[in-house]
Amino acid sequence: MTTENLQNTYNYDVVRKFAIMTIVWGIVGMLVGVIIAAQLAWPMLNFDTPWFTFGRLRPLHTNAVVFAFGGSALMATSLFVVQRTCHVRIFSDKLANFVFWGWQTVIVLAAITLPLGITSTKEYAELEWPIDILITVVWVSYAIVFFGTIVKRKIKHIYVANWFFGAFIIAVAILHIFNNLEYPISFTKSYSIYAGVQDAMIQWWYGHNAVGFFLTAGFLGIMYYFIPKQAEKPVYSYRLSVVHFWALSFTYIWAGPHHLHYTALPDWAQSVGMVFSLILLAPSWGGMINGMMTLSGAWHKLRTDPILKFLVVSVSFYGMSTFEGPMMAIKTVNALSHYTDWTIGHVHSGALGWVGMISIGAMYYMIPRLFGREIFSVRLIEWHFWMATLGIVLYITAMWVSGITQGLMWRAVHEDGTLVYSFVETVQAMHPYYIIRFLGGLVYLAGMIVMAYNLIRTVAGAKPIVSAIPQPASST
Amino acid sequence: MDNLVQMNDFSNGWSWFIAIVVILGIIYCAALVWFNNSGSKEAKNEVMDTVWDEDLAEYNNPLPRWWLKMYYFFIVFGLIYLILYPGLGAYQGLLGWTQRGAYEQELAQAKEKVAPLYEEYGKLSVEELMDNPYARKTASRIFSTNCAICHGSAGKGAKGFPDLRDQDWLYGSSYEHIEETITKGRNGMMPAWIDIIGSDGSKDVTAYVISLSRESNHPDLLSKGKQIYEASCIACHGADAKGGQAMGAPNLTDNIWLYGGSEEDVLETILYGRHGHMPAQKDVMDKEQIRLLAAYVYRFVKEAEAAASSE
Repeated sequence: MTTENLQNTYNYDVVRKFAIMTIVWGIVGMLVGVIIAAQLAWPMLNFDTPWFTFGRLRPLHTNAVVFAFGGSALMATSLFVVQRTCHVRIFSDKLANFVFWGWQTVIVLAAITLPLGITSTKEYAELEWPIDILITVVWVSYAIVFFGTIVKRKIKHIYVANWFFGAFIIAVAILHIFNNLEYPISFTKSYSIYAGVQDAMIQWWYGHNAVGFFLTAGFLGIMYYFIPKQAEKPVYSYRLSVVHFWALSFTYIWAGPHHLHYTALPDWAQSVGMVFSLILLAPSWGGMINGMMTLSGAWHKLRTDPILKFLVVSVSFYGMSTFEGPMMAIKTVNALSHYTDWTIGHVHSGALGWVGMISIGAMYYMIPRLFGREIFSVRLIEWHFWMATLGIVLYITAMWVSGITQGLMWRAVHEDGTLVYSFVETVQAMHPYYIIRFLGGLVYLAGMIVMAYNLIRTVAGAKPIVSAIPQPASST
Repeated sequence: MDNLVQMNDFSNGWSWFIAIVVILGIIYCAALVWFNNSGSKEAKNEVMDTVWDEDLAEYNNPLPRWWLKMYYFFIVFGLIYLILYPGLGAYQGLLGWTQRGAYEQELAQAKEKVAPLYEEYGKLSVEELMDNPYARKTASRIFSTNCAICHGSAGKGAKGFPDLRDQDWLYGSSYEHIEETITKGRNGMMPAWIDIIGSDGSKDVTAYVISLSRESNHPDLLSKGKQIYEASCIACHGADAKGGQAMGAPNLTDNIWLYGGSEEDVLETILYGRHGHMPAQKDVMDKEQIRLLAAYVYRFVKEAEAAASSE
């Protein structure tokens, strides 16, 4: 194919690679999650080896599901969406390919270094400085590919999904760089340049916005493309998307201090964090409303279309966890919920419900199209949907009950001023819920394996298709 | 004014900066909605001009009213909260609430509540406390919360953490000694000998030390071990190897081993030393609580003595 002809087609190659790795890393990351859930229920599964203990596998789980699974899903979808909504081929094929291999290298390095105990100890930013630098290089390349494609666009008005992808890419770059400023003392060890409570504040400014931009803004980008596409309906409200985009991007940045309630963080910072966390509820729900209302007039499709079920239930979980989050940011509530399993339940209603299901829905939409095939079995998607839903329900209800029980047990005091429960008694009380949580995770993971089987059967033997770029319907 | 002292983390300039940025931030959130809420108030499902990717389009429906109300509610709530509570830089809020103040107030209330009970306990002698079921119940819960994590919920200890149920007390088993141990804590320090007597020397001493309480597997090493022992170990463990409670040096003749009694364990102890640390509880508990707890643990001593004499 000549260069000119190539420019008239979409680059599906990089999208395909990221899409496949989304499934692979999803299974790997969730498998590690199931293993550590089992370790919490049955501690002998730590096997007395340093590499396999909960303490080292837990960061591997979080990095694998957030950055490997979530990251690959975001890169696959954003590079698909930005090409299709700009009606141009990707900015640079070579650089896009570098982004793919660079990102996979980061993931493999994480999978090696974390079990070895090489860690900067910052939650969700555990990777050591040489990997941090590689991430920065890959991320900047990703930004160039993405924004370069936007610059080349054939339609003047940038589609809303791309605003969210763009905000996600810029914010994550800033967060990553500033939270990972560190003094290397050797090739595998560094220390943060921040000290004390300032380090904690920077860490949770990063940590909360990893949720806000990586796991929210980015996935809202996915929602804004795949829901209207799958429902075959226009987005409900352009105006709402403008308001909630700017409000969400602005407000999230302020919410980090709610992770540090009742700590050495000064009172004023805690209050400001709490106030903006509450204000954040409305901007978050703006996205939910736009996703849900886009379906008005198409609700009947839910009966027959399991992909749409994934997308819609995902948005419901998004609405639920973005309601729960601000409530947990209220200091009085936080005094009960902080440090308990409630937090874990909250995170997973967002992770399994929102992030997981929207990614799954998007992959079911995208992967057959990338290979020019029909899905092998709609019935299996249906099965996957119910397995995922059951898994989530088991997981989060177990963690709610466990977390609230834990919080109440910790604060129960006898008439004589002594604590009613010793720590080990609270651990004992958690045990049944840890088993239920393990089962929930296992069912969710099994659903992913059903998905992998379905997609393998779908694409087996298929030749990657070349998709020509259609003329824009309008150019305003 | 006391509260202001806590806010001296930043100068006045910073305080203003924070206050202004926070208020502007909230105004921005409100203005964003306010200025984007023009146009029709009814959802007419009018499609906008641009179409992307063949069939992607957008309606321009108004912002849902219930959503707007919720949005404004939280903005107003936030402003009121920041008037009442600290948030705008050094401004303390109308309620004068601080985290430290709230903590101290709760603590004072809790203390006030239990004061009459501890007054009653205070009237009892140590012997009476040991037998008083209520005092023992309270003490057992103090023990579970504060001591069990190292000494075990039954007080049987673990490797590196002394068994409180036996008759081997490093720092003395009288009530007074136990109270002192709890109050001020203890620091045990067995130095590392690897650089002084070497690995071979350490093996010799290991054999000798084990021979003091049971038969050694290395009779050939005993005489050399004894020599090293007499040169290096008697300062703490004594010529009779029965240790000394003044410095918490363990008795080596009773076959009770804090860090394990196998050959490997004893050798490791000699080669690399050990650091025992019982944390001081005086800043964690009140004197009255320590008294209750010491009486509770002292009962372990008496129970162990009784068990030994009945055997």
